[in-house]
Amino acid sequence: MATQTPRQNPAFYALLVVLIFMALGPIVLMIANSFKLNVQITSPTASLLFTPTIQNYETALCHWLPYEPEHVRRCDRTFGRALGNSLIISLISTAITLVLGCMAAYALVRFRFMGRGVTSLTTLMVRMVPPAVLLVPVFGIWTFQFGIDGTRAGIILIYVAMNLPFVIWILQSFIVQVPIQLEEAARMDGAGPFRTFFLVVLPLIKPGLAAAAIFTFRVGWNEFLLANALADRGSRTVPVTIVNSLTEYDIDWGVIMATGTLLAVPPILFTLVASRQIITGMTAGAVKG
Amino acid sequence: MLANANRMTPYLFLAPAALIMIVALLYPIGYMIYASFLDWNPSQRIGEADWIGLRNYTELLGDAAFRESFWVTLKFASIVVSIEMVLGVGLALLLDRELRGMTLLRTVFILPMMIAPIVVGLVWRYMYHPTVGTFNRFLDSIGLPSAPWLSDGDWAFASIVIADIWQWTPFIFILSLAALQSLPRSAMEAARIDGATGWQLIWHIKLPLMLPVLIVTALLRIIDAFKVLEVILVLTNGGPGLSTEILALRISRTASEFRELGYAAAMSNLLLILLLVLTIAMFAYTKLQEVRAARLRQAAED
Repeated sequence: MATQTPRQNPAFYALLVVLIFMALGPIVLMIANSFKLNVQITSPTASLLFTPTIQNYETALCHWLPYEPEHVRRCDRTFGRALGNSLIISLISTAITLVLGCMAAYALVRFRFMGRGVTSLTTLMVRMVPPAVLLVPVFGIWTFQFGIDGTRAGIILIYVAMNLPFVIWILQSFIVQVPIQLEEAARMDGAGPFRTFFLVVLPLIKPGLAAAAIFTFRVGWNEFLLANALADRGSRTVPVTIVNSLTEYDIDWGVIMATGTLLAVPPILFTLVASRQIITGMTAGAVKG
Repeated sequence: MLANANRMTPYLFLAPAALIMIVALLYPIGYMIYASFLDWNPSQRIGEADWIGLRNYTELLGDAAFRESFWVTLKFASIVVSIEMVLGVGLALLLDRELRGMTLLRTVFILPMMIAPIVVGLVWRYMYHPTVGTFNRFLDSIGLPSAPWLSDGDWAFASIVIADIWQWTPFIFILSLAALQSLPRSAMEAARIDGATGWQLIWHIKLPLMLPVLIVTALLRIIDAFKVLEVILVLTNGGPGLSTEILALRISRTASEFRELGYAAAMSNLLLILLLVLTIAMFAYTKLQEVRAARLRQAAED
């Protein structure tokens, strides 16, 4: 492949390098600052050369550490707890969304039944409902009717509901491609519809499930507005704690950059591992509509 | 379609997902429409709130702050989407060739969209910081005066636009590149044999063929631009004054700071209708394209 590539004008490579630098620059800046002390960040002679320190991470994660860092005078458990909440909420909401979403997508693709058209259309329509629109009603219902405000379960419920339409829609396009003969053969061998689905169809749509899982996890991991409205002290997620520590007048940039970096690590890893699936998920709607 | 399945089977597959979407998505939307006719604050149950009919909506019409935030939202969405379309499509046309490093660029370009908007806001807030921020440091180092990035109304608006362009131009780029690479090679070859120059190729072949994808991409971006909240919340929280207070932020503040849930619900309702219209436009357009493509195929076969 590389040997066949015709020689290209070096200007294109220069542009490529500039674009990569512009996209990465702010993120690299945050990661670099997370390894600096505040005096280094704010000093007028800030430079690219500095001795990295993990003090900011020790401050943020103090109650997860087996030792007591010297520079931490009073351990603030807020961030460590939020990290645990974020993990639990994102993982559980992703798992539930995937299981329910692929079952629903399967029904919509493979069966003809009353209400199929309405369900399809509704699913497509509710995909565009933004969190800001759900804020008031979800706060009201969760608080006064369901009594699940302030709980992780309440936050998980709304994330599952918000992600289902997208997951159903994207998995439909993968299920359509599964050869129906495979399912018919399984049926002939005496497998019921549920066994056919879990043992024959699911293994074949793994790439679709991966893309759906990344997008779902990302919503739970990154979302702020609804988490902020629904969480209490014990169920706050990382984005909520970051915004809370930003509103104070004197911002502790080092620690904030460290928490921001920790919040950015999972999405960065997903991107490096599965960029192809992510691009498939993004382009599916527009290019092959 | 599978034959000889039990008539209940599809419903069993669908029921759990449908139940959750009804309880936690459709019911809240209905609830919000109802709430928009109430004078309701967060310390009351919804049953205790007074029914005030259309008063929330009539008040919205005369509310200068709401009108301002509606205008800011429209301005923000149209400016960012126009700039991002030009940059994204332009870059895709420029880089649609076999270059080493394209895979890396595509991977790197997804990052700003994948990391939390809160983190994007955080990074840019640091870079815009009046004294320690990257931009003012740079201006200082080349002897220019500092700029009031987030503290002056017009500057703050430009600043949120710049951050959004950084975050979302890659989306347009990736989609247009995918569209370009799926164009029929034969059309391009034919034009090239006829002696078309690079610009003619772009204007008369590539762009017209990409148009359907570009329109859908732009609509997707407009819908998203109406939903932007977190980056702006972290950068300016709507200020200074109301200069960057987009609709989503206004809704959130009306509910949590001013504690007027009914009024916030009425605003949410308007935003929802706006988004619904855009979404329907997008689907109608995609359907139209499908029908047209099918008719062309039919004609080719006859």
